[in-house]
Amino acid sequence: MTQVTAKAALDAAAKQRILILDGAMGTMIQEYKLDEEAYRGERFADWHCDVKGNNDLLVLTQPKIIYDIHCAYLEAGADIIETNTFNATTISMADYDMQAITRDINVEAAKLARKACDEFNAKTPDKPRFVAGVLGPTNRTASISPDVNDPGKRNVTFDQLVEAYTEATHALMDGGSDLILIETIFDTLNAKAAAFAVEGVFEARGERLPVMISGTITDASGRTLSGQTAEAFYYSMRHINPFSFGLNCALGPDLLRQYVDEVGSVAETLVSAHPNAGLPNEFGEYDMGPEEMAAHIKEWAESGLVNIVGGCCGSTPAHIAAFVEVTQGIAPRKPVKPEVRMRLSGLEPFVL
Amino acid sequence: MTQATAIFVNVGERTNVTGSARFKRLIMDGDYEAALDVARQQVESGAQIIDINMDEAMLDSEAAMVRFLNLIASEPDISRVPIMIDSSKWTVIEAGLKCVQGKAIVNSISLKEGEENFLHQAKLIKRYGAATVVMAFDEVGQADTEDRKFEICQRSYKLLTEEIGFPPEDIIFDPNIFAVATGIEEHNNYAVDFIQATRRIRKHLPHCHISGGLSNISFSFRGNDPVREAMHSVFLYHAIKAGMDMGIVNAGQLAVYDEIPKELKDAVEDVILNRNPDATDRLLELAPKYQGSGAEAVKENLEWRSLPVNKRLEHALVKGITDFIEEDTEEARLQAEKPLHVIEGPLMDGMNVVGDLFGEGKMFLPQVVKSARVMKKAVAYLNPYIEKEKSAGSSNGKILLATVKGDVHDIGKNIVGVVLQCNNFEIIDLGVMVPAAKILQVAKDENVDMIGLSGLITPSLDEMVHVAKEMERLDFDLPLLIGGATTSKAHTAVKIEQNYHGPVAYVPNASRAVGVCQKLISPEARPKFEAELSAEYEKVREQHARKQPRSKPITLEQARANAYAGDWDAYTPPVPAQLGVQAVSVDLATLRNYIDWTPFFLTWSLAGKYPRILEDDVVGEEAKQLFADANAMLDQVIASGELQAKGVMGIFPANRVEDDIEIYADETRQQVIKVAHHLRQQTEKPKGGNYCLSDYVAPKSSGKADYIGAFAVTGGIGEDELAQAYEKQGDDYNAIMAKAVADRLAEAFAEYLHERVRKEIWAYAADENLSNDDLIREKYQGIRPAPGYAACPEHTEKQAIWDLLDAEKHTGMKLTESYAMWPGASVSGWYFSHPDSRYFAVAQIQQDQLESYAQRKGWDLLEAEKWLGPNING
Repeated sequence: MTQVTAKAALDAAAKQRILILDGAMGTMIQEYKLDEEAYRGERFADWHCDVKGNNDLLVLTQPKIIYDIHCAYLEAGADIIETNTFNATTISMADYDMQAITRDINVEAAKLARKACDEFNAKTPDKPRFVAGVLGPTNRTASISPDVNDPGKRNVTFDQLVEAYTEATHALMDGGSDLILIETIFDTLNAKAAAFAVEGVFEARGERLPVMISGTITDASGRTLSGQTAEAFYYSMRHINPFSFGLNCALGPDLLRQYVDEVGSVAETLVSAHPNAGLPNEFGEYDMGPEEMAAHIKEWAESGLVNIVGGCCGSTPAHIAAFVEVTQGIAPRKPVKPEVRMRLSGLEPFVL
Repeated sequence: MTQATAIFVNVGERTNVTGSARFKRLIMDGDYEAALDVARQQVESGAQIIDINMDEAMLDSEAAMVRFLNLIASEPDISRVPIMIDSSKWTVIEAGLKCVQGKAIVNSISLKEGEENFLHQAKLIKRYGAATVVMAFDEVGQADTEDRKFEICQRSYKLLTEEIGFPPEDIIFDPNIFAVATGIEEHNNYAVDFIQATRRIRKHLPHCHISGGLSNISFSFRGNDPVREAMHSVFLYHAIKAGMDMGIVNAGQLAVYDEIPKELKDAVEDVILNRNPDATDRLLELAPKYQGSGAEAVKENLEWRSLPVNKRLEHALVKGITDFIEEDTEEARLQAEKPLHVIEGPLMDGMNVVGDLFGEGKMFLPQVVKSARVMKKAVAYLNPYIEKEKSAGSSNGKILLATVKGDVHDIGKNIVGVVLQCNNFEIIDLGVMVPAAKILQVAKDENVDMIGLSGLITPSLDEMVHVAKEMERLDFDLPLLIGGATTSKAHTAVKIEQNYHGPVAYVPNASRAVGVCQKLISPEARPKFEAELSAEYEKVREQHARKQPRSKPITLEQARANAYAGDWDAYTPPVPAQLGVQAVSVDLATLRNYIDWTPFFLTWSLAGKYPRILEDDVVGEEAKQLFADANAMLDQVIASGELQAKGVMGIFPANRVEDDIEIYADETRQQVIKVAHHLRQQTEKPKGGNYCLSDYVAPKSSGKADYIGAFAVTGGIGEDELAQAYEKQGDDYNAIMAKAVADRLAEAFAEYLHERVRKEIWAYAADENLSNDDLIREKYQGIRPAPGYAACPEHTEKQAIWDLLDAEKHTGMKLTESYAMWPGASVSGWYFSHPDSRYFAVAQIQQDQLESYAQRKGWDLLEAEKWLGPNING
């Protein structure tokens, strides 16, 4: 599919049904119990520091594993799969001193997902599948100080973020992404930098992809880590005319529901949600099984809250298959048409 | 839903350096914590959006904007509201946009520099996710008429929405509010133009908003708040009806529309709506009737003379009028049972009104000092009648004030004394250069309630520490107040408070003194205040301990290796036209043209640049009055000769040896008559950037003949006598004025003499031709750094200047044991001629330089630590 037809197919599919996003990548990789050597593969056998835990690197060193996970989600019925690039920015890759191969990771990650989608598109052409190129939050925050004693300090600037995200976006598009997904946003300023970069890349390339935005409400305060309410967060990001806007991670579907509802009440875009499989237990594992989680998703669908659902930490292809089943035949949410007003925000929304 | 919906949005404007003198001072001083409080108070008092502006020439506006926005981001109480990023510089706006996670407003862009620039900026604003204010301004200029306003806004709107898809709801037009009733006929319709344009814009350009800065409208009634407030209120009433939905409005400057007296409202409405041709004249006629303050109108209007005597006394006190004070006091005395009752009754009541108005910011310092003059006159009149029944009266408390040993500066202390007297405190002022033992003895004998110490030069800081230690040793419990130019909250917290168990309060300025003293004197308020103070200082100490040096310290050796390195082979130092010492005399009439007035206003706590301050919205009237009084004082001292200026200067052969400068008897350069010692910056600097003043003199090894100059000047011969004469008459206002004027004359003398040195004595810039403004901005070649200030912070070096010039013999100027100069209105320093010479701050030095300096000066380490204290443990 060309990008134009992909966009048209995506729009058409979104009108017809609730789209299903894939589930967790990280927790799926954990199942393989890879050791340091496996992470390094041949190419980085002599790398000067440990790389175990650098999941994004696996697209280069263990491409088969990543490809298999993509296929497992597509098999389960996912419409959109996410590239394995959550930490693939020069900023996060500095942890492994791998800034120089960030572009390779993004290109390869997108190609792997592309390959998996193309294979399934050939098998079931009536159900088009899409690659979402993922821009993660990075491990730094542009509006929070790393030093409690110096609240004015920052360890990353807007410009540095724009530079890192620009490189990643180009690479994700070069690898064949159909959409860009800016996700797990806990600091809106980081996401604004990502959006600024993405817009610049679109302009430079003369082609645009649909952009999905997904933020993270960190706890029961109902706010992002950087302090915004869901509505204020929406007003901060609304200027890029996202394809969808939603929330993911941190909370299970039970606790996330009210915030998805809050976003839905103001968003003129599609609404997405990919919650965790509950909250982690004392061993760091997620306990909410496919059926239990699917029951929540079903209720969301029936209440008209969502257009796109998937899973975040702890979810598996079994979860996704269950989501496909429970959402079948239920109409997607209808975007609201709010009055034309100036919608500003600080940590809280302000409308004039 | 959590969203707030509004009809008219009030934008908070106190966090704007161009609009708030206080905020500007805080930012210039780097006191971001207090600046954050300003922002917090605004939000707490209801601002729905806060405007932040850092446009100040002396400021790195971009850095200040970024720092402040980053700090705000950590304050949820503040950052909950949207931010308006306000600057005339696009780079500052863009830097700001990169710091806010919320959706902000840019203030502002316009077509002033053409469509291309306008659209470029708007496109970026959209990409950053912000709304924007668009000024009705195009390539031709600011729009004044209704049609121009509408046309420019319409053109802007079309460009924005059609060319780049800017959301119309995110456009806020500012169609320019201009002053009306200015007396110029073309201005009469300005308010109508705005209101009508607003109506048309809202009708034809859907979804956009209208904003404006309200205070402009009433500009011609500066000083008459009731009329201004009525104008604001009437204007808003009509503009909001027409569709204005946002504004920069000082809520304190707004009358309630329905409560404006009908007569005034009608007159104002005629002006705002331009309803008849003589509307301005009518309002002008009516205005004095509603005037709350403003000395000028009052002088002519003697209506108040028909009030009862108590009210007349109050009026005289509030307005600072001495003309009738004796006859009114006499009348009150005849009515009173005892003469003392006049003081305790009507006079104190009047002073309480003054205190309240000052506390509310409705009176300014110079006015309060004038009120005190009236009070003193009245008391002086009553004193003979009070005779022996003169019991102490019911004073709030007794406060001892003193400028510490070694220091002669007392303007600030005197102002504090006057302000406290106005608030019914009894003041025992021991004057200047007061040793600790005397302060403490008098405190005991007089049984005072607290002690206030003042000082201007850095060695005074140590003397204050000494006084605190003595108070501890002698079992004092009295509160200790600390004030003066070099004192600070940090110094008080780190150095003074810990040496004394009693309460210690840093008092940053005269207006704070009253509140602090009242709390300390009250048995109920004192414990809580004391606890607050200790907690605050503890916090300051923690912050201080955590404070890391801005740049890394380096060794003296490294610093010397990175010295300023002039190309001495290619440079030949200018040979002075006149070598040797010469006394300089100049008349005050000449010096007056060299005065830099800006610091004069600061002395009186009026902040703002001269001459702009004379037109300032808030303090302009008072500044004008003060300026007039200062000039009257100048006229008087020029005529009478009560003040005199004396000076001496000299230029000597000199060469640099390491960090010191050898000064020679003559051109043979054989006999060293003096060595000037200098300090080198000792933190990491860019290449060639570890400055030391000596670097600007050719090194001995270069073989080049170079020179150095020295000077000592005073504008204060006679200042003490003159001030005392006024004090005797109970006229503190003119006593302080005399010293403030003498201070300015001394600075003017330094500027004048430096010019002569450049043009005729050293004569390396014979063709220089600069205005006074350029002189103030130091746009000339060469510098005249003064020992005790940043580039050569060690005070004892003044002795070298005194010795070289025989300054005491030539001028009568003396040095105290702390190396303060007497008279207080004095300036001394060095002359450097090198074109690259510049002012800088030595700041922190390290142990190795301390040892080197001690050895060069022939001091032991203890002595060196004493004199270099501020530079070793800041």
